[in-house]
Amino acid sequence: MSAGRAGQGPVLTVPVRPRPRPGGVPGSEAGAGARDEGIGANAGRPDGIPKVRGEFQYASDLWLDGMIWGVTLRSPHPYARIRSLDIGPALATPGVSAVLTHEDVPGRKHYGLEIVDQPVLAVDTVRYQGEPVALVAADHPEIARQAAKKIVVDYEVLEPVTDARTALGHRAWDGAADGGAAGEVPRLHPDGNLVRHLKLRKGDPAPVADVVVTGEYHVGMQDQAFLGPESGLAAPAEDGGVELYVATQWLHVDQRQICGALGLPPDKVRLTLAGVGGAFGGREDLSMHVHACLLALHTGKPVKMVYNREESFFGHVHRHPAVMRFEHGARRDGTLVYVKAQIYLDGGAYASSTPAVVGNAGTMGIGPYVVPNVQVDAYGAYTNNPPCGAMRGFGSVQAAFAYEAQMDRLAGTLGLDPVELRCRNAMTQGSQAPTGQVIDSPAPVEEMLRRVAALPMPPAAAWANGGAGAVDLRDLPGGVANTTHGEGVVRGVGYAVAYKNVAFSEGFDDYSTARVRLEVLGGEPVATVHTAAAEVGQGLVTVEQQIARTELGVHQVTVHPKDTAVGSAGSSSASRQTYVTGGAVKAACERVREGALAVIQRRLGRSVPDLRLAGGKVISDTEGVVGELAALLGNEVIDETVEWRHRPTYPVDPETGQGFAHVQYAFAAHRAVVDVDTELGLLKVVALDCVQDVGKAINPQAVVGQIQGGSAQGMGLAVMEEIQIAGGKIRNPSFTDYLIPTILDIPPMQIEVLEYPDPHAPYGLRGVGEPPTISSGPAIVAAVRAATGLPLNQIPVRPEHITGTG
Amino acid sequence: MRISCTVNGEPQQADDVWAGESLLYLLRERLGFPGSKNACEQGECGSCTVYLDGVLACACLVAAGQAQGRAVRTVEGLADGGELSAIQQAFLDAGAVQCGFCTPGLLVAAHDLIERYAVPADAEIREALAGNLCRCTGYEKILEGVRLAAARRADPAGRR
Repeated sequence: MSAGRAGQGPVLTVPVRPRPRPGGVPGSEAGAGARDEGIGANAGRPDGIPKVRGEFQYASDLWLDGMIWGVTLRSPHPYARIRSLDIGPALATPGVSAVLTHEDVPGRKHYGLEIVDQPVLAVDTVRYQGEPVALVAADHPEIARQAAKKIVVDYEVLEPVTDARTALGHRAWDGAADGGAAGEVPRLHPDGNLVRHLKLRKGDPAPVADVVVTGEYHVGMQDQAFLGPESGLAAPAEDGGVELYVATQWLHVDQRQICGALGLPPDKVRLTLAGVGGAFGGREDLSMHVHACLLALHTGKPVKMVYNREESFFGHVHRHPAVMRFEHGARRDGTLVYVKAQIYLDGGAYASSTPAVVGNAGTMGIGPYVVPNVQVDAYGAYTNNPPCGAMRGFGSVQAAFAYEAQMDRLAGTLGLDPVELRCRNAMTQGSQAPTGQVIDSPAPVEEMLRRVAALPMPPAAAWANGGAGAVDLRDLPGGVANTTHGEGVVRGVGYAVAYKNVAFSEGFDDYSTARVRLEVLGGEPVATVHTAAAEVGQGLVTVEQQIARTELGVHQVTVHPKDTAVGSAGSSSASRQTYVTGGAVKAACERVREGALAVIQRRLGRSVPDLRLAGGKVISDTEGVVGELAALLGNEVIDETVEWRHRPTYPVDPETGQGFAHVQYAFAAHRAVVDVDTELGLLKVVALDCVQDVGKAINPQAVVGQIQGGSAQGMGLAVMEEIQIAGGKIRNPSFTDYLIPTILDIPPMQIEVLEYPDPHAPYGLRGVGEPPTISSGPAIVAAVRAATGLPLNQIPVRPEHITGTG
Repeated sequence: MRISCTVNGEPQQADDVWAGESLLYLLRERLGFPGSKNACEQGECGSCTVYLDGVLACACLVAAGQAQGRAVRTVEGLADGGELSAIQQAFLDAGAVQCGFCTPGLLVAAHDLIERYAVPADAEIREALAGNLCRCTGYEKILEGVRLAAARRADPAGRR
């Protein structure tokens, strides 16, 4: 068996068009995966070669003979009643095969991740701009789009609710209780406009402190902006069911919701993961899933749906915008006495994962600091803004902007160094969180801060000493727009720390399923790993291979296509897959190894107590190499499926928020260096360095990639990314108007990875993906504050915030 | 209309092309080259970057009809048969590929860059790739990939 073959695959079993090929076999011989690469190695991605050859099949690349195209008609209004809907002219368009409305939804008309409140297609009311109203299928996507425009919808336009506090009737910070003034505000859902209120109460309800700082903070709505738009292909099956190939984060939660809407049992709705072009939380909710299935079942033809970028902005949930008020009380030496916080998260028109986001924003809400007295109220509200749900950092991002700004404000008031103040209050192992939960694994917050502060600083700006001539415009705020040669440019340095729960919390039954098979193929031992865990770019498929290599001592590991033929793996979110699906793969491998060793002992005809598998061999520490695994396994096939759970968490007390809510905590520390043009309000991030504890780096290169990419997304929210909403309508649904960082914006990043094992986690690992997105932005804003002396209570920071003209 | 062009050196032809179709649609949906990606379809993200007669272009901004009689080279045409090009191998080795949706466009743009500059400086790499959005990597490993490919070309016998 050639090394090249081992580097290949997963071989996706998704429908693809035969295509011209210049010759040669994809994936043969080249590089990645050609070495023996278990955990801790920089193993190459199994999908790497197809990806660089342009041959990896993303959801938008799917193709089947006879397939037609589906499009969605969406509401132009944020809030309206539908008086009537006429599909006749659309249906009469040549080339159109179907036009569907809510009347064509055979099962449950609503779906939802946590609360079933979102219509598959609008029934009689639309609650946000972009809400799906009708579907069209046609031979060509443009015919479908043109036909959709011919659907006549008569709307009674209503005044939208566009502010979370207004929606809840909370007009003043210290004012009315829930719903106090809600009489004037429309109830957007039958149970009112409150999705969740998390109350955290710890310690003295009326604490007194030497020094008090308060602040009000605003966080804008961020888009995940994954590059691969929502796409999929649904094909009707002969048994009356449907096969759906789709880019998603959690196949089984999709399946559950699709089954509900179609009125079909799970064995009739089979999902396979198609190639995913990024996710970051934006694929946790359904998008085109049910729609494509409805069209396929209605027409009897395969139906492909691909959103364009504009539709993508309407087609998935966003990061909750937040309005927050924080009050920190401390002793004169900087020791925190209390924190009071009110956090309002705008959930938009439908609940999505708002309840869990509220839970995180509240329980993570004061950061990785020891505080004896805590009062936090976190609210999630329904409005007529775009629905908000999961995005990397999930509630912690919003809170971190506020609590880290408060820490800097406190440091300033006390005349303390911001790093010293943080270190003085930093959590350690054994600290008590505001939920009363004791942090029972390493929490090296102080060490991370001191290490990031000790990393080399970038060189001083060329213009800083008044020196002319050596200035490269590309190093300046404004760049080659030639807006300054250094005049009015000041530099600042800022720090921030991230604090995030890993995996699903608050009593959720959080598990993953792994099926592992070991057999001899072509004279070589081969392991196959089958899970439903979504590979969204993070490299989970590599981790699955690495674990199987380490546990079974084989090199060749095939990753089976991700589908619903195996049990749920849970979501590729909450920084949880390496922990939970990694744990499941490890457990399944252990069982397979036991089975294999039993076969081997039988073959040997004697018991050898210390047998293990390594390097394709069966080894005994006392006897040395006992034999080749392939020879001793023969034609036995060992096949085990394991459902694996992390230790349980529990719901928090509804009145106090106390409880063992989270299975694991993750931390990161950032230092940002920023140059600010104070005259034009332009800024350039000069350096963005990070220290993060990952427990155990299963794949160090991928870990660093996660930290760098996560840091960049946090930076985007801090300085440029915001979905701008006016009257409930999105004003910038394009990459022309919604800006994400380019390679010119992102500075060099020094990354230091710490490995303090968590004794409760497989291999001691700690979730990696989210923490860097939480602390990078607050560090950047802290640097801008340090440079300018401005309070900057809103992100993204805009030029007018710096120049004082807005 | 009928469009004839070459893609990666091979003659290709498509019939019944609608006048409003882009070169990207022609490549992806009619000629069977879905490697070039459809991330924004308005020239902002660079995921559909191809060579058109040897010059970089966003295939989404080129009308299909404009490809008539011309030579298109896509990400599928960078490798020499089974052997990856230097930039493809370097992207893998540097960890520059995560979800990979931006990768085809970045590879074509970086391929062009290292053809033009033997050993580009970081500022040159950043400028050349400024039209290609990546949401996963934060670009650091993409820079590493380009540096690695350039260094290997400059010193093929080197032990990098």
